[in-house]
Amino acid sequence: MPIARDDVAHLARLSRLALADGELDHLAAQLDVIISAVARVQEVAAEGIPPTSHAVPLVNVFRDDVEWPCLGAEKALDQAPAVEQQRFRVPRILDED
Amino acid sequence: MAGGRADALVPFDEALTRYEPVIGLETHVELGTVTKMFCGCPARFGGEPNSLVCPVCLGLPGSLPVTNRAAIEYTIRIGLALNCTIADWCRFARKNYFYPDMPKNFQISQYDEPLCTNGWLDISVEDPDADGGTRQVRVGIERVHLEEDTAKSLHVGGATGRIHGADYSLVDYNRAGIPLVEVVTKPIEGTGALAPTVAHTYVSELRDLMRALEVSDVRMEEGSLRADVNTSIAPRGSGVLGTRSETKNDNSLRSAERAVRYEIERQAAVLDAGMPVALETRHFHEDSGVTTAGRSKEEAQDYRYFPEPDLVPVAPSREWVEQIRAALPELPSARRARLEAEWGLSDRDFAAIHNAGAVDLVARTVEAGASPADARKWWLNELVRRANESGTELADLPITAADVARVTALVASGELNDKLARQVIEGVLAGEGTPDEVVAARGLAIVSDEGALTAAVDEAIAAHPDVAQKVRDGKVAAAQALVGAVMKATRGQADAARARELILARLGQA
Amino acid sequence: MADELTRMSAAGLAAAIAGGEVSALEVTDAHLARIGEVDESVHAFLHVAADGARRAARAVDERRAAGEPLGPLAGVPLALKDLFTTTDMPTTCGSAILNGWRPPYDATITQRLREAGVVILGKTNMDEFAMGSSTENSAFGPSHNPWDLARVPGGSSGGSSAAVAAFEAPLAIGTDTGGSIRQPAAVCGVVGVKPTYGGSSRYGVVAFASSLDTPGPLARTVLDAALLHETMSGHDPCDSTSVDAPVPPVVAAARQADVSGLTIGVVPELGGEGYQPGVLARFGEAVGLLESLGAKVIEVSCPHFSYALPAYYLIAPSECSSNLARFDGMRYGLRAGDDGTRSAEEVMALTREQGFGAEVKRRIMLGTYALSSGYYDAYYGKAQQVRTLIIRDFEAAFEQVDVLVSPSTPTTAFPIGERVDDPLAMYVADLCTIPSDLAGNAALSVPCGLAAEDGLPVGLQIMAPVLADDRVYRVGAAVEAALERRRGHPLLDDAKGLG
Repeated sequence: MPIARDDVAHLARLSRLALADGELDHLAAQLDVIISAVARVQEVAAEGIPPTSHAVPLVNVFRDDVEWPCLGAEKALDQAPAVEQQRFRVPRILDED
Repeated sequence: MAGGRADALVPFDEALTRYEPVIGLETHVELGTVTKMFCGCPARFGGEPNSLVCPVCLGLPGSLPVTNRAAIEYTIRIGLALNCTIADWCRFARKNYFYPDMPKNFQISQYDEPLCTNGWLDISVEDPDADGGTRQVRVGIERVHLEEDTAKSLHVGGATGRIHGADYSLVDYNRAGIPLVEVVTKPIEGTGALAPTVAHTYVSELRDLMRALEVSDVRMEEGSLRADVNTSIAPRGSGVLGTRSETKNDNSLRSAERAVRYEIERQAAVLDAGMPVALETRHFHEDSGVTTAGRSKEEAQDYRYFPEPDLVPVAPSREWVEQIRAALPELPSARRARLEAEWGLSDRDFAAIHNAGAVDLVARTVEAGASPADARKWWLNELVRRANESGTELADLPITAADVARVTALVASGELNDKLARQVIEGVLAGEGTPDEVVAARGLAIVSDEGALTAAVDEAIAAHPDVAQKVRDGKVAAAQALVGAVMKATRGQADAARARELILARLGQA
Repeated sequence: MADELTRMSAAGLAAAIAGGEVSALEVTDAHLARIGEVDESVHAFLHVAADGARRAARAVDERRAAGEPLGPLAGVPLALKDLFTTTDMPTTCGSAILNGWRPPYDATITQRLREAGVVILGKTNMDEFAMGSSTENSAFGPSHNPWDLARVPGGSSGGSSAAVAAFEAPLAIGTDTGGSIRQPAAVCGVVGVKPTYGGSSRYGVVAFASSLDTPGPLARTVLDAALLHETMSGHDPCDSTSVDAPVPPVVAAARQADVSGLTIGVVPELGGEGYQPGVLARFGEAVGLLESLGAKVIEVSCPHFSYALPAYYLIAPSECSSNLARFDGMRYGLRAGDDGTRSAEEVMALTREQGFGAEVKRRIMLGTYALSSGYYDAYYGKAQQVRTLIIRDFEAAFEQVDVLVSPSTPTTAFPIGERVDDPLAMYVADLCTIPSDLAGNAALSVPCGLAAEDGLPVGLQIMAPVLADDRVYRVGAAVEAALERRRGHPLLDDAKGLG
């Protein structure tokens, strides 16, 4: 099933990428080729095979509820593109969903 | 409302004649752990903006989360108290969406493998039609899971300081990463007109539970407990499930109740008009009591959940779970049943205490030596009235349980009568000191000096010869008028019982 | 003298510094001079921290003078991939979106290097966010292969492999997600090791694909790689996936360098069609050599390895689509298009559009697709099942053999520009290395000669079970020693790219 240009535009929105039109076309063609190639995983008989999310199986790695030193506001804000009132200044946020 | 039209509404009682509501609640509670969910920054409210942050909770490139053991333990504690099954293996998942209050643009949450599932919470809902004034409702719990909180934004510019119409926003990440437990109910059906009260009572019970479990101090006004309510209605007897609306940010017990009520009225009008109810997120406005639709979504959210690869699975051992279970404190419902029995109160009297939010206060007053009946009387009558007058929560009145117990002791010993006791309470509330200090400062001790009292009695008899004669003639009940005169003359500071004894003795009726 | 110092091994330099034959500062200056000489041609470094390096070297000299004990790599210079956070140097990950970013914290490995007295010369070039096999995806221009400057040094840790091969540093650190240490090591003729996943800390390593990313050493000798492995590895409580177990005895194994009594498996699925003949020829010789050294060699089939590449190109992009979401111009790094009228949503999208290169965008889009509702089961879910099958292939194989071997890459270094806009051709470079990333086991690439047709280095890959990292060093060191005995000089002496 080839991937449509609209699908690519939808993916770009989900990925927060303001792709230019030409870039969208180019990417759509490439993604189509790549997706067809990786779809080979579907050929594998994987009935009843558990998925692996972690190759080296560990469980229950916890931290004690003990404070560690914070960065402090100065270091936290040092690399920010814009700061006001000791906060990260960001463009207006569209209403939350 | 942002310029929108007012919603058409059907009066609540009328709506209920035709429609049956179903509600569901998703409640977020910030846990009271010392540190955040995945890093060692203090999980503290307040603090200078962006001072309680580190590479992890700021989501800096390269940083990695490490799970706070206490947060897992608290969540298991909550799950056990809610009669849930505790998963023997589960994972965190990433919930992906972009938002400036999320440092990584994904939230570490749990998706299809929550830590606790399938439990219940019994609540006593105020119901005027029920025996004893309350009805027991068992609220099914779908799941309890753990996630991280987001940052707090300040919206600058625009008219309202709200997000809508703001010019830009300022973000403080101190709250980002505080552990957040989400408790999701199953659909609550068949509660009819009680649905709004059920929402209120459920959130209140959950809040009490969190406090009793010592997993959160639950300051709703600071947003540490936030309830979202799903409401749907369907024609009575239709057997179908209506389309639900989700009302966000119900930050007080009352607003959850009001939001449900409003949604029933609104949805009834929509259905009456032959329209479909929209599946949408709405916001409840505390000030106007209405809900408004959130921004309509261009496309459905697609959170692209997948197992969080930076964390390993959580597999609580049976031993650990049993240890946590064994250490559970007495839960609020069990405690209430025990106290009701111990105090020897009727269901209705006890329910009144509970509904006034005074169980703890009465219990502490009883612990401080008061009788349950006295403790109930003073808290529910005098102090509830005072709280209402000053618009504060009962528990926030500047009087302690020990103070109230001391007042009841002074009354019991005859040093105060009820009228004086009320003045003492007034003094304590006004910040004049302890009950004993107020009694001393205001000179409120009862007149028990026999000489002064005898003089007052004689004066009263002399002033009311006709009444005195009736008493001499055997009409003992008439003596009450003379007692009243004595009390009046002593400005209420006389021991009324002793005055009566003296009057009857003087008039030959002792 | 300076030239001599840059040709020495890390072990040799450490011994010379410890013995007072040379100062750490002299060693550092020699390498800084070499960088000054050749890096304009090689472009291995994105940032050279001359002052910081000299300060660190002087501190080692002072400690030695004070009679303090020195670690096994004290005073030895190292090139650090620009994916590791450093408080005293920028960390760009080869991306415009992080151009100039100064992290407020050190990666655990950065910290361990500093504590060990290792001298960090600077940060090395890489494919943007470690996505690529050539360093051509760096926003700051490609690095060049010291064997032939017109060819790629491999990637994504191509700056690290080139720095070591060009004698700019005896040691380098890279990260391996799909082969990003072993593949560049192979095509540059140096040693590169992917430790067991979780054996080396990821804290402070900017994530590409979290369940795969593994930091590891690059060096000119197997022993040097082992010394660095031991210095940088070990449990880190800041990384939940870090294995809480002692570091395998890799240095002892590298010194042992003996394969007698071992059973070695050749994986037929990693060879044959699509492989460069010169690569297969050198690989065949290496296998013969191992047999002559006393190992028993058998063929072991791993039937699911042919699905490793497609599974990898679903899992890694999926994780990267989420890991790279944080680069949105709100808190650090580039912010584009914030003209006071645009919303945060729009500024994020413009920032990411402008800040990310083509390959990063491709992978983000691919990963978003694989995780999106309706496709998850068919793509991401299926790829995770394939991952299980590959782990089972390895488990079955390691019941029969001690280590598995294959070529490290299907071809030698390819010309710069050849595969830039042909993603699938580029992806094939990691064909042999990906299975070990998916399974999390240890693997090493050691040079095994030059391909006849182009005179470029070929790597032999040695794979061992999870936490049996010592085995890859033991076998690698044996091959290295035998080949050098036969050749009579180190392979890199034949590198003529820098004249």
